[in-house]
Amino acid sequence: MDENAPIVAVDRLTHRYRERIALDGVSFEVAAGEIVGLLGPNGSGKSTLFKALSTLITPAGGAARVCGHDVVQAPDLVRRCIGVVFQNPSLDKKLTARENLTHQGHMYGLRGGPLRERIASLLGWVGLQERAGSLVETFSGGMVRRVEVAKAMLHEPQLLLLDEPGAGLDPGARRETWNMLCDLRESRGATILFTTHLMDEADSADRLVILDQGRVVAVGTPSQLRSQVGGGVVRIEAAYAQELASDVRQRFGGEPRVLDGAVYVERPDGFAFVPQLVEAFPGRIASVAVGKPTLEDVFMHHTGRRLYDGFEDEDSVAFHSPQRRRGR
Amino acid sequence: MQAAHVTDAKATASPLMLAAVSLAKRELVRFLRQRSRIIGALATPPIFWLFIGSGLNRSFQPAESGLGSPGSGLGEIARTGPNPQSAIRNPKSGYLAYFFPGSLVLVVLFTAIFSTISIIEDRNAGFLQGILVAPVSRTAIVLGKVLGGTVLATGQGLLFLALAPLAGIKLSVAGTLGAIVLIGLIAFALTSMGVVLAWRMDSSAGFHSIMNLLLMPMWVLSGAVFPTEGASAWLAWIVRVNPLSYGVAGVRHLLANSGTAFAGMTLATVVTLAFAGVMFLLAVAIVRLPRGNLT
Repeated sequence: MDENAPIVAVDRLTHRYRERIALDGVSFEVAAGEIVGLLGPNGSGKSTLFKALSTLITPAGGAARVCGHDVVQAPDLVRRCIGVVFQNPSLDKKLTARENLTHQGHMYGLRGGPLRERIASLLGWVGLQERAGSLVETFSGGMVRRVEVAKAMLHEPQLLLLDEPGAGLDPGARRETWNMLCDLRESRGATILFTTHLMDEADSADRLVILDQGRVVAVGTPSQLRSQVGGGVVRIEAAYAQELASDVRQRFGGEPRVLDGAVYVERPDGFAFVPQLVEAFPGRIASVAVGKPTLEDVFMHHTGRRLYDGFEDEDSVAFHSPQRRRGR
Repeated sequence: MQAAHVTDAKATASPLMLAAVSLAKRELVRFLRQRSRIIGALATPPIFWLFIGSGLNRSFQPAESGLGSPGSGLGEIARTGPNPQSAIRNPKSGYLAYFFPGSLVLVVLFTAIFSTISIIEDRNAGFLQGILVAPVSRTAIVLGKVLGGTVLATGQGLLFLALAPLAGIKLSVAGTLGAIVLIGLIAFALTSMGVVLAWRMDSSAGFHSIMNLLLMPMWVLSGAVFPTEGASAWLAWIVRVNPLSYGVAGVRHLLANSGTAFAGMTLATVVTLAFAGVMFLLAVAIVRLPRGNLT
């Protein structure tokens, strides 16, 4: 594989679960040394994409190459070059940290002295060398995540794949994890691809691929994506949102959206717009908020829907209610 | 930093035995670290055997069979042939002795079930995820699981065998060794079968149903609980078709030196070997199937 080839090259990848289309012609690339995030709500296909790239499933159509190898034709070659950190812990709780890493090493053909040294060095790097001999079931969520990252890096893969790295962690542990990941990129030259539905986490990426319902809706750096929205986003709470929205459209033009009982307007002159708005519709507005566009606004701009479906919040794992459980 | 480059020319999966042995070791370590599991696993078949065996002990009179000379355990049922008048009540034989080989096989069955039920939880949210994305051949994954289950079952079988004298069974060295080997083979077969059943399942509730509808009847109808002589014809037929029956027959022959009407030692061994082989190959085939449609 030549030096400039992308580490990940996805070309019109498709997949379905029975009749439901999970991936609908997804294409994108990841260059060496990048940190790329796959951002999307639940059901957007990012989990399916993750499973396809980590060779857990065989996609129905299209192609994906990781480290230059096709995920369907040469899965073992792909597996050699990737390290995977799953959303659910993939450690054996009844084994110690060291035992878990030893088993992992054996799976990659590592053994004996060199393996032991590597384990010691990795556990040291994640700051867990004193707990190497403790059972994993005694570890906190953040510690488990650290062992998982150590485990994924054991065989020095070129690409690290993470599924919702911040999920289930408190903000401190999440920060810790991200410091570790950035360090990995700086000191070890790893390429990182992760999935997320959290805006803060997405901001840590060099580039984002935004997914919705199995399709790529936008690609770019977080700032590029935000500037696509332009200016500011004005959020208006009003008793009769629909009417207000059409009145705003009539009076000021543009494409106001109504979501969850609030009106959203994108305006280049966001802040200056507020007094005009309030003067134009006296008494009808309950509150106005203006802000620079967030990634959620970016998502809304492209899809017309919210990134959060109202069941999730920043600090907890998404709650899947039965109707919303469409499989990941 | 140099990444671990692998050229396209050579084989890319990790050494088979290294992975398989590592996985098997993990099964053993896990088992030994879960005390409640150990007690549950070890205690149930002996208790079963002791209570049911003692309860039915003297009521047990296999129909149309000679029980053989006193002190020989169960006697040569096959050789003496139907002879209603010689239904001797021998206090040294009886159900406790008859039920022993079947209970030994039950120990193996329980271990096989425990080994494979963990596959279901492990695969979606646990250890197995990490294994499946590693360059490990699928054969090694199956082999590791099956070897682990086999060693566990054989170990527990050995412990159960220590109770044999309680049933009046005299163990010869050759008989015991042979029984251990045969138990190992049966364990290999049943654990492989467990993999075949569990691999495509998404919930352990489904596996519990399979356990009740398939595995337990399989054991009940293997000559473990009742002999074919005296059973209704259709039941006797099922016993003969059940591969597990041949394993039980072999164990019975090795331990108590008593035969069954439908299988001698040679046939028992051959069928059990075939059972183990076929199940293992099926397990590897199932694990190798590309997964696409399951979420």
